[in-house]
Amino acid sequence: MPDKKPISSVNDFVVRFANVNGSGSASANEMFARAILRHGVPVSPRNIFPSNIQGLPTWYEVRVTEAGHLGARGGVDMMVAMNPQTWDKDVAGIEPGGYLFYDSTKPMPSTKFRDDITVIGVPLTAITNSTYTDPRQRQLFKNIIYLGSLSALLDMDPKLIEQLIGEQYKGKEKLLSSNVHALHLGRDWALQNLKCPTGLRVKKSDKVGDRIFIEGNSAAALGAVYGGATVCAWYPITPSSSVAEAFTAHCKKYRHDPATGKAKYAIVQGEDELASIGIVIGASWNGARAFTATSGPGISLMTEFIGLSYFAEIPAVIMNIQRAGPSTGMPTRTQQCDIIACAYASHGDTKHVLLFPEDPAEAFEFAAAAFDLAERLQTTIFLMLDLDIGMNHRLCRPLKWDDAKQYDRGKVMTAEMLDEGRDFGRYLDVDGDGIPYRTYPGTHPTKGSYFTRGTSRDRYARYSEEGTVYADNMQRLVRKFETAQDLVPRPLQANAERPTKYGVIYFGSTTPAMDEAIGLLEARGHQLDRLRIRAFPFHSSVASFLAEHDFVYVVEQNRDSQLRQLIVNENGIDPVRLVPIVHYDGSPITARFIAKAIGDHQDHLKVTPLRKAMS
Amino acid sequence: MTYIAKPKFHHPGLKKNELGYTHRDYEGKISTLCAGCGHDSITASIIEACYELSIEPHRVAKISGIGCSSKTPDYFLGNSHGFNSVHGRMPSVLTGANLANRDLIYLGVSGDGDSASIGFGQFAHSIRRAVNMTYIVENNGVYGLTKGQFSATADRGSKSKKGVTNTDNAIDLVAIALQLGATFVARSFSGDKTQLVPLIAAAIRHKGASFIDVISPCIAFNNHAGSTKSFDYVREHNDAVNRLDVLVGRDPIAVDYAPGTVQMVEQHDGSKIALRKIDADYDPHDRLGAQTFLQKHAAKGQIVTGLLYVDPDAEDLHEHLNTVETPLNTLEADTLCPGSAVLDKFNASLR
Repeated sequence: MPDKKPISSVNDFVVRFANVNGSGSASANEMFARAILRHGVPVSPRNIFPSNIQGLPTWYEVRVTEAGHLGARGGVDMMVAMNPQTWDKDVAGIEPGGYLFYDSTKPMPSTKFRDDITVIGVPLTAITNSTYTDPRQRQLFKNIIYLGSLSALLDMDPKLIEQLIGEQYKGKEKLLSSNVHALHLGRDWALQNLKCPTGLRVKKSDKVGDRIFIEGNSAAALGAVYGGATVCAWYPITPSSSVAEAFTAHCKKYRHDPATGKAKYAIVQGEDELASIGIVIGASWNGARAFTATSGPGISLMTEFIGLSYFAEIPAVIMNIQRAGPSTGMPTRTQQCDIIACAYASHGDTKHVLLFPEDPAEAFEFAAAAFDLAERLQTTIFLMLDLDIGMNHRLCRPLKWDDAKQYDRGKVMTAEMLDEGRDFGRYLDVDGDGIPYRTYPGTHPTKGSYFTRGTSRDRYARYSEEGTVYADNMQRLVRKFETAQDLVPRPLQANAERPTKYGVIYFGSTTPAMDEAIGLLEARGHQLDRLRIRAFPFHSSVASFLAEHDFVYVVEQNRDSQLRQLIVNENGIDPVRLVPIVHYDGSPITARFIAKAIGDHQDHLKVTPLRKAMS
Repeated sequence: MTYIAKPKFHHPGLKKNELGYTHRDYEGKISTLCAGCGHDSITASIIEACYELSIEPHRVAKISGIGCSSKTPDYFLGNSHGFNSVHGRMPSVLTGANLANRDLIYLGVSGDGDSASIGFGQFAHSIRRAVNMTYIVENNGVYGLTKGQFSATADRGSKSKKGVTNTDNAIDLVAIALQLGATFVARSFSGDKTQLVPLIAAAIRHKGASFIDVISPCIAFNNHAGSTKSFDYVREHNDAVNRLDVLVGRDPIAVDYAPGTVQMVEQHDGSKIALRKIDADYDPHDRLGAQTFLQKHAAKGQIVTGLLYVDPDAEDLHEHLNTVETPLNTLEADTLCPGSAVLDKFNASLR
């Protein structure tokens, strides 16, 4: 018996699987998460994996959360320790009173355990070796066997797991039955030899509703399909590669002409990120909707072209699945660290539109919207995801599409308009919104052609190095960026129950942790109004929110509080009133972290209220 | 003389092509390059080739990188859209443009700095991908706009205007294009319009990646003794393998060539190239032979010109990607968006 009371919790705990990369554990672990969902209980899983294909440690963490807290929680209630390399660290990471599940085939010295946890040994290797002879089978079925044991230990309904196995191996009868067999091997051994269930239990509920379970990268890629992207050029880079791969898969399903079998899309794996963005710019210049997906190092390489897109006013959509930088940084760890790099990408005076989706559902919506925005504004639109949203399955509302929706192709002058005698100046602001008309190449035999260049030119696209002509154009670009403010998704505000002088600003993948943290802070007596920023340029409501509060916390996942810098810079406000709350170790931010950081600051404020002390 | 606006009027008796366009309809703005620049001769040849082929000027997209050569698209086909993009990145921009609309003619204009140095990778990969384009390098072996530095095509041992000897090996873009699978490969000389005009015309009619390396002396920085890209040097060392004529909808018998020395090549679009062979043994359908021939002559200090290789049945990137015949840039939501019913099913598969 452990010297600490075992944790007892129904539908609210964290299970972490410690595995070796390439051992085939990922699909068994994902099945575990899905099985809990089938119980009607929300889960929030996260892959914690190395920049490696085989051999290095990898973890899969499943937060079981009836309350629907989808951010990372921190701490581990049950560790499924399948990796000897990380044993010590894994065992040390278990919460007091927690559980350790391990392969007990080989005896372990007692010093390898802890007194304050419940140790559960299942002779997985012995069971697999006595059942299977093929080494690969032994490895793969071992994963299903531990899944079976866990189902007994956590009181899960085995029928729901069998159902999932059935769906996964539909039409592959042999694989199906052998997986079900392995599941029961593990389950039966646990039922016969161990105290089942433990204090951690899964109980059927109805909290999942009609929500779907999807990775942000796949949702963003589908958004590109729905948004009418026809050209995709990309270069492999973690954690963005699965965007292009998902786009390819979605297109194969949805974008082939049924009669001819021909593709209504073109996907090119470029030789590098320079070529990828070049292809996107060329295609967009020629009137197709085009995008690329990349991550920080790719953004660095693309910046020259991004400046061209800004200055020559060519639409482009760049999905940036952020990872920890700088340089190669931590390629498989999450951060929101490219805010400044993207907002002001390229040399000279530039500004770019950024969209910050909170989850896969918004990634889908914003990805589709990005193409309308890019063509309306004739500039680069960044869809700012990160590894946490992009590469993890996330429970989110179902994806929605309005069939009445037509694409906004922006201001394009047609041959008919040119024949009517409309004045065409490629950089002429006819409507006062800073957005000029463009023509597609090949539109008209004698009218509407122009020479696109990254050099300075006048309103009629004629080369000019005149200072006034240059400044006139730069001013128009500022007007265009102001127009963008009202076209991009607006911030969402949620006020505390009682009026408060304190606010918090956050964005993107921080959202679920922030939502949960609000509850924790309220329990500590702290009331905060919330503003979730969904795009740059900032809508005027951001300035109002800042004006309405004495202190505003800006919560983000980078070292230098980049969003805060952007807010200070763009709104010209006193930085002292914006308190940075930053988390940047590469793991996803947690509610516990936010609540502690803000709570401590709030407590401090209450001890010596700044205003009173000053007066 | 660039301050003088180009007059728009022209002689009423000016010859017209099949579409009723005159030569003037294929011209652009007045060149801002140095008087006598080889690039201007290439511009003139492009104008001539497009006129001869009766191409609708606005159906050509002219795309370039950065440098003297990349400025030239402003000087021809004034009714075409042009794109003076990023240094060394013409190939990717052109690839994207081509993917968006397969119905236009794509003319990529680049220089030796643009294609052999900063854009060497993009040059290589656009050729590999078989983008349907005519890729012209205006090759003078020197950086003109930045005043006379060697480029990567400058021959080892050649001297700069300031007297510096180049110690780096030269990149032969023609050899690379052959190796990478270009399906139309030629070299010419800006001072040899008779050879160059039909080569450009044939390249435009060719479906697939056409590459033409045009030696184009820089009269400001690379036309001195000791240079291997000067007018005098190229004229002395030029070894033409063939001369050609492009026949579109014309009877080949009308061409006045002695039988036995003319080889007819029918391209994918039905146009014919009449090759007047100078080197009797030269076979323009033999990629390996072309590579050997090129290397042997290079070793002897000779610059081989003419149509070095052509595959008349080449495929292009669109065929490799199996894209629809309709240009992608014309497709709208009704054909691109799978709709809400499909999305509902997709959602259901994720529960």
